[in-house]
Amino acid sequence: MLYSMDDMFNILPTVIVVAWATALILVEAFLPKKYKFITIWLTVLGLVVALVAAINQHGIEAEAFNGMLVVDGFSSFLNILILGSGILAVALAVGYNKRFGFDRGEYYIMMMFSIAGTMLMSSAADLIVIFLALELMSIPLYIMAAFYRGNVNSEEAGMKYFLLGAFAGGFILYGIGFVYGATGATGLSQVVTAINGGVDSPTFLLVGAALILIGLGFKVAAVPFHMWTPDVYEGSPTPATAYMAVGAKVGGFAALIRIFVVAFPTLSTDLVPILWGLVALTLVVGNLVAIAQKNIKRMLAYSSISHAGFILMAFLPYGDAAVFKSSVAAALFYLLAFAITSFGSWGVVIALEKSEGKGLLLEDYAGLGRKYPALGVAMLIFMLSFTGIPPTIGFAGKFLLFKAVMEGGYYGLAILGVLTSLFSAYYYLRLVIIMFMKSGEPNIVSDRWVTLVTASSAVATVVLFMVSTPLFAWAEQAVLKLF
Amino acid sequence: MVPLSYYVALSAILFALGALGVLTRRNTIIIFMSIELMLNSANLLFVAFARSFGDVSGQIFVFFVMAVAAAEVAVGLALIVAVFRNKHTINIDEVSGLKG
Amino acid sequence: METEVIVFLILAFVAIGSAIGMIINKNAVYSALFLILNFATVAIFYLMLGAPFIAMAQVTVYAGAIMVLFLFVIMLLGAEQLKKADKGEWQKPVAILFVVVLIVEAVYLIFGGGGDLLPMINEVSEVGDPISLATKLFKEYFLPFQVTAVLLLAAMVGAIVITKQDKKS
Repeated sequence: MLYSMDDMFNILPTVIVVAWATALILVEAFLPKKYKFITIWLTVLGLVVALVAAINQHGIEAEAFNGMLVVDGFSSFLNILILGSGILAVALAVGYNKRFGFDRGEYYIMMMFSIAGTMLMSSAADLIVIFLALELMSIPLYIMAAFYRGNVNSEEAGMKYFLLGAFAGGFILYGIGFVYGATGATGLSQVVTAINGGVDSPTFLLVGAALILIGLGFKVAAVPFHMWTPDVYEGSPTPATAYMAVGAKVGGFAALIRIFVVAFPTLSTDLVPILWGLVALTLVVGNLVAIAQKNIKRMLAYSSISHAGFILMAFLPYGDAAVFKSSVAAALFYLLAFAITSFGSWGVVIALEKSEGKGLLLEDYAGLGRKYPALGVAMLIFMLSFTGIPPTIGFAGKFLLFKAVMEGGYYGLAILGVLTSLFSAYYYLRLVIIMFMKSGEPNIVSDRWVTLVTASSAVATVVLFMVSTPLFAWAEQAVLKLF
Repeated sequence: MVPLSYYVALSAILFALGALGVLTRRNTIIIFMSIELMLNSANLLFVAFARSFGDVSGQIFVFFVMAVAAAEVAVGLALIVAVFRNKHTINIDEVSGLKG
Repeated sequence: METEVIVFLILAFVAIGSAIGMIINKNAVYSALFLILNFATVAIFYLMLGAPFIAMAQVTVYAGAIMVLFLFVIMLLGAEQLKKADKGEWQKPVAILFVVVLIVEAVYLIFGGGGDLLPMINEVSEVGDPISLATKLFKEYFLPFQVTAVLLLAAMVGAIVITKQDKKS
């Protein structure tokens, strides 16, 4: 036998999520309408159980299923991150979905499937598994985006996301085909062995790697593959947006890091200029276009594009293993910082959103800081963290990232990063000024779970900054086995 | 024997035509069919390489791709039907209340 | 030229022609029929490549199930043609440029730098028979097989959720 029960134990958190979600489909189908809330609690319980399993698994290193999955520090870091994000995303969705009349349990089940896909992506060590996990992550996201039935914008967002996601999937698959053609394998370790032994057709390998990069670039919303992001983020139900902003990025970057670190280190000379261009474009376009936005969901969409640019920056010290180690660790840390800040800020957006897309313009935030000081301060903290101003975790993330990039000798890009951060300060802090300086009478919808998410994210943004050294050490520990 | 490069070239042309369809057409269903064409050209690539390596793995991938395509078709057509119900159009430009 | 090469070239011509027919046709039904033709030709390529089982799956799953679903939806929606003229805007030149690059690349593969390609192995191996496929699928590729199962389940539930009408209350 090529697999055994041990394999199942090695990927226990993923197995729990999948099995739980499958069981929940049945539970949801047979629950009487009055008790539908049980599905939500069961979802959270499942995610917590999986989270405990993932934490418990920390430090284990193993291969599972014939080398198709690798369990290591990297995968357990990302598993913990995505499971935590899932719990926050459920908390954001509960009240919102009820308010807008689409509180159906399948939403949470879809989210669990998507989480399972992301978890598989973080430990997949075979290109085919990466492709399938990517689809398992994405298909439920399309459905979540279109979940607000009868709402044209939401259904359109789902369709647009679907078409561009499937298009990107085609690129990834075609790229995998070329890599298979060049090396005769899809397992990352076999691919790297074949490359080191010398491949007959290096062009194929390069074309394959480039196509995979394009496809994953779509998924993480790097410019010029970002066109879908603002429309999808705006049209989707806000909790779904909050989840996909983090979930799709975690999955996409997990696959990018795993593929490019493990399989293609030899292509660095060819790929670095392309990456350089991607990062520069993403930073500039993301931050400049964000300035022009009047709708907060679109502004946050462009902001998330620009953050994808910052994370991509970590890929530049590519050929230089010593530096690359710390830059990948910085990327993981940045993902964590982005996730926490992002959930908090989406929580504020949800608190202000009214039906029919009202309450989403920047002017609607006027006076928020005066009327609801606590919420205003929370948003202030998130905006500071997005900009990268201490004392927030966003500052630590940017600092570590720029440091790693400078060590790799990419001073130009580091300077560009700092400059675009300054630009971004303009639109982040403009929101703060609107909140505190302008007068207005915003009304918030009270929702204790959203309040809880916002408050705990705000606290975490500051507290985690204090403990950023051990956190970064954890990230460094996590990437150790990758190389 | 047909050289491998012929198959690779054919699959590249089909892939390019699929991408062309996605980028130029406005009819959602035709865009979607073009995506299917792209997936199919990747399948051709896999089978051709599998043949040249004498390795059955490449054929197995085609199974997985077919399963993925089936899943995508189910979801994609459901989305198209849902949008059509609301807007009575499948033109991707007309369905854009979201544009910016 | 060998017969097989001639057959290949004829089929390749049909495959490319039907793909072009698919993307330029105004009527979605004709497009779908062209795509079915394309899938059928690709199935013959699979036979030529020693993959009979995949060829059958291609005909039944792709040309059969998937395309029938497409046709069904097109007819159901009565969406054969768009009311407005179907014209792309800025994407068109970009897309055409992109395609020209890829096609030049393909031509180069055939006539020019194909030298670094692996030659096709000659004897018809037994790689494509159902037994060896199944053995590999259920042993080596057990995990991806399971993942596709979960994927199909998620897609099925999702498709139902999206299209199910609420009961009028």
